[in-house]
Amino acid sequence: MKQLMLGNAAVARGCYEAGVRVVSSYPGTPSTEITENAVKYDEIYCEWAPNEKVGAEVAIGAAIAGARAMTCCKHVGLNVMADPVFTASYTGVNGGLVIAVADDPGMHSSQNEQDSRHYAKASKIIMLEPSDSSECKEFTKAAFELSEKFDTPVFLRLTTRVSHSQSLVELCDRENDELKFYEKNPAKYVMMPGNAIKRHVDVENRMRALEEYAETSPLNTVEDNGAEIGIITSGITYAYAKEALGNKANFLKLGLVYPMPVNLIKDFAAKCKKVYVLEELDPFIEEHCKVNGVDVIGKEVFTLLGEYSVNLIKKVVLGKEIPDVKPEPIPVRPPVMCAGCPHRGTFYVLKKLGLTVSGDIGCYTLGAAAPLGAIDTTICMGASVSAAHGMAKARGTEFNKKLVSVIGDSTFMHSGITGLIDIVYNKGANTVIILDNSITGMTGHQDNPTTGRTIKGEPTKQVDLELLCKAVGIENVVIADPFDVKNFEKVVKEETAKDEPSVIIAQRPCALLKTVKYTGRCVITDKCRNCKMCLKAGCPAITVKDGKPVIDATQCNGCGLCMNICPFDAIEKEEA
Amino acid sequence: METKSIMIVGVGGQGTLLASRILGNAVISQGYDVKVSEVHGMSQRGGSVVTYVRYGEKVHSPIIDKGGADMILAFELLEAKRALPFLKKDGKIIVNSQEIDPMPVIIGAAVYPENLAEKLSESADTTAVDALSLAKRAGNPKAVNVVLIGVMAKNWDIPYEVWTDTIKKTVPEKFLEVNLKAFELGYNS
Repeated sequence: MKQLMLGNAAVARGCYEAGVRVVSSYPGTPSTEITENAVKYDEIYCEWAPNEKVGAEVAIGAAIAGARAMTCCKHVGLNVMADPVFTASYTGVNGGLVIAVADDPGMHSSQNEQDSRHYAKASKIIMLEPSDSSECKEFTKAAFELSEKFDTPVFLRLTTRVSHSQSLVELCDRENDELKFYEKNPAKYVMMPGNAIKRHVDVENRMRALEEYAETSPLNTVEDNGAEIGIITSGITYAYAKEALGNKANFLKLGLVYPMPVNLIKDFAAKCKKVYVLEELDPFIEEHCKVNGVDVIGKEVFTLLGEYSVNLIKKVVLGKEIPDVKPEPIPVRPPVMCAGCPHRGTFYVLKKLGLTVSGDIGCYTLGAAAPLGAIDTTICMGASVSAAHGMAKARGTEFNKKLVSVIGDSTFMHSGITGLIDIVYNKGANTVIILDNSITGMTGHQDNPTTGRTIKGEPTKQVDLELLCKAVGIENVVIADPFDVKNFEKVVKEETAKDEPSVIIAQRPCALLKTVKYTGRCVITDKCRNCKMCLKAGCPAITVKDGKPVIDATQCNGCGLCMNICPFDAIEKEEA
Repeated sequence: METKSIMIVGVGGQGTLLASRILGNAVISQGYDVKVSEVHGMSQRGGSVVTYVRYGEKVHSPIIDKGGADMILAFELLEAKRALPFLKKDGKIIVNSQEIDPMPVIIGAAVYPENLAEKLSESADTTAVDALSLAKRAGNPKAVNVVLIGVMAKNWDIPYEVWTDTIKKTVPEKFLEVNLKAFELGYNS
């Protein structure tokens, strides 16, 4: 019986069937649901790691110990885990090791559009790329086989549309779940120069063997339709190309995107009059073809930006113009913080005080959008803390007194704490606001070391943020409720004025958590003087009708922040 | 048969994802190949949300391009308007007549267009339904998504029981009664 399955769920199913025993990851859209689905199989030990580097190291350790193991991340997460991954390429594995990395062409939920295929080449690690859910499962299983056969970690590359599309998958039984024999082998697993020099030789030999394997791998498939046009492609772009061109082209679909075959490509191209390379983001396959003397058409007629589409392929390859009627302009609908979001109180105060705000990655990045418009910078996980330290060192004390960092609880655990240690160690005086909403919000409610629960929801030791900050040397740690806007404003003013570093823990849980039970609805009474202060909070439930603010009862969850902002006590709670 | 393409559009939080899953599972039970595409993460937070359901004998792309949708199921009027360039010439629109102001409208930087339901009818075969009222009548304003599935189902060749069975399999137990009621109200609207 076939099941409709999300690409990410199919990768998890592939892990189950391949006998995987350990999965350790940090959440990141669009990769999160792999680990969330893997945890549903009792045979697989799963965990949320504090960051991707830790997740990768856990998986590497499990593989060396003889288990099949996986770690999953989004493209930028691979940057965080790059250090252990490059050396795991040298050590090789014992049990199979697969690193699932999900790129985000079009940046549906990311801060950049990097192409992770370059990592495969740079780290000399084989990379597979599925194009639908069925392949997600099959390629995952193939990845574990290849990992053990060639003694190497294996990348499984996904993109948003593969990860977040559902298609049909045939289920099979679990196999290969025995632990492999473990023995001490420092020459293989202790990567100091004397050993690593020898392992590098093994890596290069492995690459030659893999290049040979690529020529005949069943993961690469040729579809000869006797056409003049040839298409070399992989992943989701194959689906677009098939949809656009059907049998009007021959296809070479590369399931193995690193290393790529040479003779297979040459033979395929020789049978076609014109060969296009279809690939989103960088000309990775195209350059491989050109270096090997195969004449292909690629980025000169397509694009380095965003996603490809069926219409784009039809237009370029078939010359079929699709009339693009310019739609009349209508208001955009950018994402906003939810009604009841605890971050709203924080950003309302920061905007009011006119502070420079060093931001971070999470729901609260939306504090950069109008009307809050409070955030000055967002770079990567953890940068809010360390970049603010850099700003303060560059511009001095007075600037620092008008500067704060904002970082979520999960992001602080991920890589904010190291920046905070830097501030203490190097005599900074920054104010860091930890937005503690008791959950990892943006990626859809994952537990983390500060929530006191594991990925299975089991109770565990909870990192005490206050004690942690004190332990690294922060003497001013204040816990404040961001919805008590008067007090919160006072606390921010006091802490930023100090000549010492401070941490403010803005504590209030995410409004979407089941444990949060706001009751009733807020309503604007006739005491309203139409000052529109409530609109400055940027709550999606408060809107304007006939020139006056009104609260949409279907959107309001009764959090009451607007009641605390209104200077005329004109907003009251009505019990539902 | 030719592949059918249905686009579900709405505002983050309205339950478009569940609607697309119910739809996907209903057509799969009829023996079709199906692809459903969703968007998670940042774009879910109160922004425009788009999901695609495509089914037929063999479906390649999970995505619908401009001019490719046989039907648009819209949870909100402005989002229906935004999706209009994706509709085929003879395509149909089913739209919830609810208006939700986006942030640029709330802060006065833009104006919500007037008479959108009429304008949509001028461009395409449009059925507008007050799904919010029906959802409230079913017992929960959040059931707008299943009301709209009901409206769509009555114009479809899939039997009533297949829909209700799919809802039973897709929706959590404690919300089942409300959702079955919502489906019925939509179906009979």
